[in-house]
Amino acid sequence: MIKVKNLKKSFGKNEVLKDISLEIKPKEVVVVIGPSGSGKSTFLRCINLLEEITDGHIYVEDFDVADPKNNINSLRMEVGMVFQQFNLFPHMTVLDNIMLAPTKVRKLSKENAKEKGLELLRKVGLEEKQNAYPDSLSGGQKQRVAIARALAMQPKIMLFDEPTSALDPEMVGEVLEVMKQLANEGMTMIVVTHEMGFAREVGDRVIFMDEGYVVEENVPKELFENPHHERTKSFLSKVL
Amino acid sequence: MDFDFSKIISYAPFLLEGTILTIAISIGSILIGVILGLFIGLGNMMRNKLLSFPFLAYITFFRGTPLYVQLLLIHFGFVPLIINETNGIVAAVVALSLNSAAYIAEIFRGGIQSIDKGQMEAARSLGMSHIQAMRHVILPQAVKRVIPPLGNEFIILVKESSLAAIVTAPEIMYHTRNMSSQYAIVWEPYLTAALIYLIITLFLSFILHRVERRLDTA
Repeated sequence: MIKVKNLKKSFGKNEVLKDISLEIKPKEVVVVIGPSGSGKSTFLRCINLLEEITDGHIYVEDFDVADPKNNINSLRMEVGMVFQQFNLFPHMTVLDNIMLAPTKVRKLSKENAKEKGLELLRKVGLEEKQNAYPDSLSGGQKQRVAIARALAMQPKIMLFDEPTSALDPEMVGEVLEVMKQLANEGMTMIVVTHEMGFAREVGDRVIFMDEGYVVEENVPKELFENPHHERTKSFLSKVL
Repeated sequence: MDFDFSKIISYAPFLLEGTILTIAISIGSILIGVILGLFIGLGNMMRNKLLSFPFLAYITFFRGTPLYVQLLLIHFGFVPLIINETNGIVAAVVALSLNSAAYIAEIFRGGIQSIDKGQMEAARSLGMSHIQAMRHVILPQAVKRVIPPLGNEFIILVKESSLAAIVTAPEIMYHTRNMSSQYAIVWEPYLTAALIYLIITLFLSFILHRVERRLDTA
């Protein structure tokens, strides 16, 4: 579903992604872990071209992300993203946040978008907050709305960029629960996170990144219990 | 010092006419200035340096030269070129609009750039185009932030409209100067003019304050 070939990314002279190649199958949940500065967020942001690709290729189904001739907006309609800082639109109600892109980009009718929006809010357990503004929500609620907003575009793939890192500890669970539900429904997901419990329980595969490389990848049980590389071992010994 | 109110009263009809024209010139210039300013501000923010250069040059010129000079250039040069005759009111509106647009462009740029870049990223990640994201996500938030500096610019513009007297647009200062020379008096006309401007700007501050408060609670 996603094929990454020799991906390189530099910010000026600083090479953040050095040579990344991997494949992600439909319905797979891939969890990316690694120390900060390892390039995991940058990797994620290259997939929907929030970061320009310096070298190499990413194919999402048949779409060549790095080809400037391709209309990036049509790719982004199929690839939802959830951010660490939620990035809800503060001047709109929860429901309007969710309805905006479906009505403006997918050209859904207001009624249709509203119906789907309410359905998604029900799914993330926040139907009663439809008319609230983001400022009045807790961090966990904001992130659940952000997930609903991304899902409203009916994406085929969901990218999660440290979705629980900005949350108070007691709110992490409610967000992970929604993500787990999504994984069970068969969504293809790439999740950058520090939640090792989630990686172990929900991930089909865990990728360990360090200094711009994929150091090691394996099924969660193997990677956590039997890491091969020194760097993986030393990272896991610090976080587990 | 004898303060002669009777001379002010005899000039009251002219001063009232002048006040109405001052307000009309100001409102016209503010409206054109805001629309033009938004356009120039957005143009100046284009990433392509070649395309954004004309907008930057515009801002640099109108902020870097005196309004007095701009007004004379427009009155004696630009306006006759377009309508084949001089017209003080037209020159005043054109000069004030073009001048304030340069400042308003910078106000909008500041407002837009103050919006967290995560907002643009979130909108783009949902498949919206840059223009859609600007229109539905960035600008509505930026507008709220630019109200206070814009209000400041409006007040400055009302006061600067007094320069229109030098190109014989019959606004407040035009009549005030006539009154001063006709009776050879200083205090009565200029203090009266000062008071009229003060009333206009205080009223404007009051309105802007109300708008700010309303936007705060929205």
